[in-house]
Amino acid sequence: MKARVFVTLKSGVLDPQGKAIQHALEGLGFGGVNDVRAGKLIELELADGTSDADIDAMCQKLLANTVIENYRIETVA
Amino acid sequence: MKSAVIVFPGSNCDRDLAVAFEAVSGSRPAMVWHRETELPDGLDLIGVPGGFSYGDYLRSGAMAARSPVMQAVAQAAARGTFVLGICNGFQVLTETGLLPGALMRNAGTHFVCRDVALTVDNSQSAFTSRYGAGEQISFPVAHHDGNYFADVQTLDRLEQEGRVAFRYAESVNGSARNIAGILNDAGNVLGMMPHPERVIEKAHGGTDGRRLFEGLVESLMAKA
Repeated sequence: MKARVFVTLKSGVLDPQGKAIQHALEGLGFGGVNDVRAGKLIELELADGTSDADIDAMCQKLLANTVIENYRIETVA
Repeated sequence: MKSAVIVFPGSNCDRDLAVAFEAVSGSRPAMVWHRETELPDGLDLIGVPGGFSYGDYLRSGAMAARSPVMQAVAQAAARGTFVLGICNGFQVLTETGLLPGALMRNAGTHFVCRDVALTVDNSQSAFTSRYGAGEQISFPVAHHDGNYFADVQTLDRLEQEGRVAFRYAESVNGSARNIAGILNDAGNVLGMMPHPERVIEKAHGGTDGRRLFEGLVESLMAKA
């Protein structure tokens, strides 16, 4: 089985990389880009039957820093 | 004084920190590799050095914080052993949970590498006793992820408890309330982004960092 973990900065946490991307898009002439937030996608190849609780623990212990980041898990059978 | 410096793959200030420890204490620190599960017996001081441990993969300090040796460092800190984390070492200490908050990408997105002016916010700690309260000093910084972040309650608590050791006296990286270095609640763990170990000899262009190490040795001797 596969799991995708999306790690994003919490709202209210300044995202300097997102801001830089936004400015670069504006520089390329794209109008109407009101905000950009950059995050991470982590793809996991897992043994069948890996529990949701285990994947959640992976996020809590390593994949996300919950002081500044949120995460969302998508499992694909 | 018995000290150790932790070495991760990608550490690059470990030898500078060891030189600083030896210069003020007269004894050479043990260099402890990240795979070790135990520290030498009877340590008074542990240094977590600057660098780019594990290539800053995932987040700065994230992988190093989960390495075997950091569990031993956390246990030693809980027993009262002094821990000094500089630059990447500060990032490792926040990722380990020994210090609150997180170090994020610099607000200007650029790597900042220059001397910066700092003010000593708390001159009562074991790490800062040789400085005057409010004294302005100059340390080099060299980091990409030095933008200190913590929620408002944590920031208020740090200030109320006198746990802000150093603040930037100029705009450097977007850190909340200009925080450059913080102490844990017991006062035996300091994490800071600027590099005191790079200003301990006249030949370095400054000696403001030397007093941090001298004060620390003095405090440890007084404790022993």
